[in-house]
Amino acid sequence: MLTMQNVSMVYRTESVETHALRDFSLEVDEGEFVSVTGPSGSGKTTFLNIAGLLEEFTSGTYKLDGKDTNSLGDTERSRLRNEKIGFIFQSFNLIPELDIFDNVDVPLRYRGFNAAERKRRIDHVIDMVGLGSRKKHLPSQLSGGQQQRVAIARALAGEPRFLLADEPTGNLDSEMAESVMQLLEDINSKGTTIIMVTHEPNLAARAKRNIFVRDGRISTGEPELQVAVGG
Amino acid sequence: MFRYYLKLGLLSLRRNPILSGLMVVAIATGIGACMTIVNIDYVMSGNPIPHRSELLYYVQLDNWDPNEAARGVNDPPPQVTYIDGTALIAAKNARRQVLSYPTTRIIQPEEDGQLPFLVDSRSTTADFFPMFDTPFLYGSGWDSTADDNHEYAVVINKEINERLFAGQDSVGRLILMNGDRYRISGVLDTWEPTPKFYDVNNRAFGKAEEVYFPFSVSIDKELTSEGNTNCWKAPAGNGFESFLTSECVWMQLWVELHNAGERQEYMAFLDAYVESQKLLGRFPRPVNNRLNDVMDWMQHEEVVEDDVQVLLGLAVLFLVVCLLNTIGLLLAKIMRRSGDISLRRALGASRKAIFSQYIVEAGIIGLAGGVLGIAMTWLGLQGIRGLYGDFDFITRLVTMDWVMIFVAIGLAILSALGAALYPTWRACGIQPASQLSTL
Repeated sequence: MLTMQNVSMVYRTESVETHALRDFSLEVDEGEFVSVTGPSGSGKTTFLNIAGLLEEFTSGTYKLDGKDTNSLGDTERSRLRNEKIGFIFQSFNLIPELDIFDNVDVPLRYRGFNAAERKRRIDHVIDMVGLGSRKKHLPSQLSGGQQQRVAIARALAGEPRFLLADEPTGNLDSEMAESVMQLLEDINSKGTTIIMVTHEPNLAARAKRNIFVRDGRISTGEPELQVAVGG
Repeated sequence: MFRYYLKLGLLSLRRNPILSGLMVVAIATGIGACMTIVNIDYVMSGNPIPHRSELLYYVQLDNWDPNEAARGVNDPPPQVTYIDGTALIAAKNARRQVLSYPTTRIIQPEEDGQLPFLVDSRSTTADFFPMFDTPFLYGSGWDSTADDNHEYAVVINKEINERLFAGQDSVGRLILMNGDRYRISGVLDTWEPTPKFYDVNNRAFGKAEEVYFPFSVSIDKELTSEGNTNCWKAPAGNGFESFLTSECVWMQLWVELHNAGERQEYMAFLDAYVESQKLLGRFPRPVNNRLNDVMDWMQHEEVVEDDVQVLLGLAVLFLVVCLLNTIGLLLAKIMRRSGDISLRRALGASRKAIFSQYIVEAGIIGLAGGVLGIAMTWLGLQGIRGLYGDFDFITRLVTMDWVMIFVAIGLAILSALGAALYPTWRACGIQPASQLSTL
């Protein structure tokens, strides 16, 4: 479903070359829940950005749902992002002047659904994350945990095949983090593939597979040990 | 999606009211300055009689000094002599023809308590009214037999009719002018051709005359022109008769010709006429007759002064400066929203979608700038009126019609869209992953 082969990513400035990913190879099957851990600067976020088609890579191949992403233009990459991938960010990334309903509506607008279909989907996902009574609230009127739930609702509204989560509980207290994790596990149990970057070993351990990244490569060894080291 | 972009644009204006307000004011200031001058240029250079301007021709004959052209290198004088005007009219070689000149008259109301008053008048032949398509409130102009019979007929305008007859139908009634009674044949409805094309040499932006009466009567009364009179040599003797037979030019001759063939024939007629006059010792210069239609004649006479064109250029430059400011402000605004753009890109917005969103937002700013610009244009025109309101022609120039209002809004939107191109292009270049942690 997600196949990366020898993907490298090099950031170049006039004087410095930074290898964020080096010959990175990974396969993720449908329905998996994969956690990605590693020290800061190890390439976790770069991997996630490439997986989410947010960045283009320097070399290698990346196939998403069997489609080679190397040759895609901007419009096609945008369409794939919109249809197949949902994003959850550490800092929620809600648009402050839009209410909850309209925030969840954003990716659906670019999908081209009609108003009735958008409303059906938005109502469904907002109810699913338990915020049905707060649709007209602005993000600033919600707690951090509630904002992350809105972000999850936004990610799910388009019924994506993948959910890419970058430190989804990083800005939350432990109680809220637990509720978000339970929500992600619930979503995964219904068939959505999740790739989650985290610094938290105990959260990483709840994934079905753990990947430890160091110096832009997947490090081999026992996952439990890697998680412990990475955390 | 357009409605969605509209909604986002309005939200964005509310989110950054100061920055948005500055952009609107910058555009409005540029539009206001530009449209004030454009409006004046538009009024000055407009076609005052669009449905007939290509049928009406102004006649010039070169009866001037053999050693020096009347104007410029080889331009004939801008008016004609009495001898030539009346001879050409009498020949009746055009469909219609008008010989006229400006005069003044004193109207003496016969009602108790009303004092005599001076009016601008025009002595003219009968074709003036049908040829220039003047609108009548009551009655009509006099006919050519009135010209031939030297009848005391008169056409008055709406204001004079209001003043003398309280706006009632006064056709057939008499008014006393300079001691003579004239019978009213018609009352003009509002008619203010701008520029006053039929006599651009005498106050091109002045008001149309209040009273019109037969040319033949005017000559009987020995009335000279209240406008320009130019002579290249003095009349042979003293008195009105000598003036009439002189080479002084003081009246305007218009003819109506409907196609190129008629124009060619009339030109040949003019040439033949001048050749015949040469045999009598007149027209010492080479044959140099001219026939210009309304717009060509106004352009030839530079009715729109060069100063206005220079001002127009400066006003456009000022608009460009305002737009450069707008580009800077838009760029600042869009760069401040790079987090939002990055997020939308991550959620599936293509570059095209981002471009559309910000172009629509720029269009809203342009629309607001246009509306405010119209208000500023109005203020600018009122300022001009305040400064130069003593001159009635200025008052007539500082008006704004619907065309100019739509032009102002259209120009503002186009300007804003133009100004938005570079900032929007920069917005489209923002990578989806670049700003996601900064929102």
